[in-house]
Amino acid sequence: MSVKVRSVSKHYGKQKAVDSISFDAAPGRILGFLGPNGAGKSTTMKMLSSYLMPDSGSASICGYDTQGQSLEVKRLIGYLPENTPLYLDMYVKEFLSFVANSYQLSQTAKKINDVIEQVGLQSEQHKKIGMLSKGYKQRVGLAQAIIHDPKVLILDEPTSGLDPNQLLDIRSLIKSLGTDKTVILSTHIMQEVEAICDDVIIINKGKIVADTSIESLIAQHGPLSLEDIFRNITV
Amino acid sequence: MYAVFKRELMGLLNSLMAYITIGVFLLATGLLLWFFPDTSILEYGYAELTGFFSLAPFLFMFLIPAITMRSFAEERREGTYVLLAIRPVTDWQIILAKYFACLVLVVFALIPTLIYYYTIYQLGLPQGNIDGGAVTGSYIGLLLLGSAFVAVGIFTSSLSKNQVVAFALSVFICFIAYSGFDAVSQLFVLSYFETVFLSLSVNEHYQSISRGVLDTRDLIYFITFVALFLIATKAVTGGRKW
Repeated sequence: MSVKVRSVSKHYGKQKAVDSISFDAAPGRILGFLGPNGAGKSTTMKMLSSYLMPDSGSASICGYDTQGQSLEVKRLIGYLPENTPLYLDMYVKEFLSFVANSYQLSQTAKKINDVIEQVGLQSEQHKKIGMLSKGYKQRVGLAQAIIHDPKVLILDEPTSGLDPNQLLDIRSLIKSLGTDKTVILSTHIMQEVEAICDDVIIINKGKIVADTSIESLIAQHGPLSLEDIFRNITV
Repeated sequence: MYAVFKRELMGLLNSLMAYITIGVFLLATGLLLWFFPDTSILEYGYAELTGFFSLAPFLFMFLIPAITMRSFAEERREGTYVLLAIRPVTDWQIILAKYFACLVLVVFALIPTLIYYYTIYQLGLPQGNIDGGAVTGSYIGLLLLGSAFVAVGIFTSSLSKNQVVAFALSVFICFIAYSGFDAVSQLFVLSYFETVFLSLSVNEHYQSISRGVLDTRDLIYFITFVALFLIATKAVTGGRKW
């Protein structure tokens, strides 16, 4: 298991964002993180990426603790934050070379070109990030998450705001990345879960309400569609 | 850390803001030192740079907050701080990278003023009649003063999402640290508190270095000043309340 989460909790003031959740994620499988808005998905992902520290409990990535060994953890993970914040006044290549240098990668020029090809940014690679459309910004966000070939990939709503064509591209990219990495992605779109995820975790009000593979989730709830299952569990 | 430093410096150099503030600084010192009759060295008649060194801190008070105000405030508003925080760098490395990037810009603003030194050197009678030690000391003092103000600016920038708030707050703190403690010390003439407040004043230590004597007490003062504000910045950013 490359990602282990053990009874992790996080409060914002009096509000409990994440309430003692535990789960595992294995390499070669894509884990879908589902839940209504405000359920604690993003908070959990921020804690996995060592950006936030949990109030209690512990999480580890490939055996490294996210609190005590955050530098090692950060080297091993790629993280696409929610809403894809980017430095809009930087050029695509300039930004990617900053990211590559921050991981102290060798052969940065080659890696930047490879990743640009991988996410399909060739036609936009000489532009400023601020000039790109939403779909291409999303690709830049993905590129910064995978440029250092991380073992664990954490994607917070990677497909929000994409058109149907881009959606298919990004999904197939995530699927191909998922063959050798541990991928955890959050989403609201049920078709997406069916299309690319192997396992599902449904989280509601900070608690895990379902943690199973997608086949057994469907088998458990009989003829219901994933949307109906989601509604039944979280409302 | 070098990657973050380079990005910060390039970010500053790619923005018009940096050039405008440096330009305004040079324009103001140029006008006040060479053209305005009340303060002009040419009218004054003595070939020395004391006018520049007493003017520069007040310009720094506005110039430096203008350079530092965006460093954390903008990241916070745009939500881009996470892009730095998820890299394998510590919070301290991020703070120091931003700090030194701004400090380098302050040095860039100071370098062109060396031409004033050359001018005075040529204008003195006999030629070269200028106290080089005092000038060197004053430049070192100005650099230390600048590094103290940059630390204040970085700290206030971490406090707010709004760059204007960060700017105003840091001008205020710089002013209090530079002139405020001096003024307060005069309320307690000849008492124990006079020396206490004088020793807290940036101006007092700046003047002391400007005489050309590099005292370890002054050096320790500035290092402590910078460290305090950077530690406060760490406390603010480490909480990730934003």
